[in-house]
Amino acid sequence: MDPQNGDANHVDSKSTDAVSGDKKVVDAKLAHAKNVSPKVSQRRFRQMNRRELLKLTPVIALGAFAIPALREPLLKQGLRFSDWASGKLFRSGQLAPTFADSAVTPLEKFPINDYDVDDPGVIFENWTLSVSGEVQKPGEYSLSQIQALPRTRQNTRHVCVEGWDVIGRFGGTRLSEFLKLVGADATARYITVSCADDYYESLDMATALHPQTLLCYEMYDQPLTREHGAPLRLTIPTKIGYKQAKYLTELKVTRVLDRVGYWEDQGYSWFYGL
Amino acid sequence: MSGAVIEIDGAKGKESHETARAVYEHPLPVRLCHWVNSVALFVLVGSGLQIFRAFPSFGAKIPQKDLLHWPKSLAIGGWLGGALQWHLTFMWIYIATGLFYLGYQIFSGNYRQVLFLPRDIPGVWPMVKHYFFFGAKPAVKEAYNSLQKHAYTTVFALGVLSVLTGLAIWKPVQFSWLAWLMGGFHWARVWHFAIMWAILLFVFGHLVMVILHGWNNFVSMLTGWKKDPEYDPR
Repeated sequence: MDPQNGDANHVDSKSTDAVSGDKKVVDAKLAHAKNVSPKVSQRRFRQMNRRELLKLTPVIALGAFAIPALREPLLKQGLRFSDWASGKLFRSGQLAPTFADSAVTPLEKFPINDYDVDDPGVIFENWTLSVSGEVQKPGEYSLSQIQALPRTRQNTRHVCVEGWDVIGRFGGTRLSEFLKLVGADATARYITVSCADDYYESLDMATALHPQTLLCYEMYDQPLTREHGAPLRLTIPTKIGYKQAKYLTELKVTRVLDRVGYWEDQGYSWFYGL
Repeated sequence: MSGAVIEIDGAKGKESHETARAVYEHPLPVRLCHWVNSVALFVLVGSGLQIFRAFPSFGAKIPQKDLLHWPKSLAIGGWLGGALQWHLTFMWIYIATGLFYLGYQIFSGNYRQVLFLPRDIPGVWPMVKHYFFFGAKPAVKEAYNSLQKHAYTTVFALGVLSVLTGLAIWKPVQFSWLAWLMGGFHWARVWHFAIMWAILLFVFGHLVMVILHGWNNFVSMLTGWKKDPEYDPR
C-alpha cells in the first residue's frame, strides 16, 4: 500500500488511519512472503516428500481386506454395521408404497423363487401353525382361526435381492393381529418361523408389528397356490424378498435368536429392511 | 496450506545454484481421501457388477431380457451374497470419505482450488480445443484449469448421486421420496448403473491425463508437492 493513500485516509478520519496502518504492515508481510519463497536444499526437499508420503500409510489399512484370514470377519462386521443402520432407519409409521390395481403384475408373471421345491407337499387337512415361545396361548392354530381375524388386502412391491421387483396383490391378516390373539409378549425381540420345505426365517419385533406385515393366505384375491406358499406365507413389503417365508408351519416368539434364516446363514443380510 | 511455494537449491545440478520451484498442491486430507476413495470405488464397481450379474436386466423378471453378460472374472465377491457384503461394507467407507472430503474442503477453504464456478465457464472451451482439436495451449495460471475444475466438480456431484441412487435401491420404503424423485425403484436402479459408467468414464479420462502429465504431477498426489509446476504459483 502506498504511503500517499495512507495520508489521504488520514484526512478522512483517525480510525480509518489506524486500520490502514495495520493493513500496511500485514500487506508488507504478505508481499515479503510472496516474493521470497523459503529455500530448501535438495536433501531437505526429498526428506519433506518422504515424510508426506509416510503420512499416507493409514491407507494401507484397507489392505486388510486383501488378506483372506481377515477378509471374512471384516466383511461380516460391515454387514452387521449395515444391518444396525437398517434397524435405525426403520420407522414403524413409514408405509411401503401401495399401488393401483392397474399397476399390479399379473399372477402368471409373478416369479416363483424357492430354495428347494415348488411344492413341499403340505397336506392341507392336517395343517396347523404351531405357536410357541413368549406367548400366553401357545399351541396349534388352524387356518380358519387365522382367517377369522380381520382381513387386509394390499397391492405392494416385492423386491428380490437379485434386483428384480414385482407388484403383487396380497391378502391376509396382520401379523400383529395374530400376535395379539396368541398373547405374544411384545417385549420379546424376535419372531422366528419354520417352513414345510425346511426353510426358516426370523424377524425383528418392530417389523412383525408393522401394519403391512401380513400372515398371507391369498394372492390376487384367490387362496394361495402351492408354489406361492400355500396355505400360509409371510408378506412383508418393508423387507427384501427372501424374508417372506412360504409354507409356514411354526412360529415362535423369542428373546434369543437361535436360528437366523436360511439365506442369512449363507452370508446374506439379516435385517434387510427396504 | 495448499499453494505454499518453496525454492529447491541446486536442483538443476550439483555445482549449479539454479533453483527449482515446488508448490504444495494437495493437502494431506485431500490425498488421504483420494487414495481411500480410489480403493472404495474399485471395490464398489467390482461388487456392483457382480450384484448386477444376478439380474442383468432393467425390465421385468418374466420374461427376462438380459442387457449384457458381464464376465465374473471382472467382478468382485464371487457370488451375489459375497458381492453384497463387499458393497454394503465399502459403501460406508465411500460415504465417510465423501463427507470428510466435503467438510475439509469447505472448512479449509481449499475448495477454491477445485470448485467449478460460473467464472470458469469461458475457460472450458479453449481447454477442450487444446485437448481434442489441437488448439493452442491456454496459459496455465493455477493448479487446476477450468476444464479440470469442471471434471472434478462434476465427478463429486456424480459421487453424491451414486450414493443417493444407491440409497433409493437399498431403502425404497424408508426413502420412498428419493425413489419417487428418480422415477421409482426401477429407475433408481437404472440411474445407479448409469452413474457408475459416468464415473468410470471420468476415471478413464483422469488416468489418461495422469499418464500424459508425467511423474512430477503424479507424485504430487502422493506427497502434496509438485516440482516444476507448469504455472507460476506466486
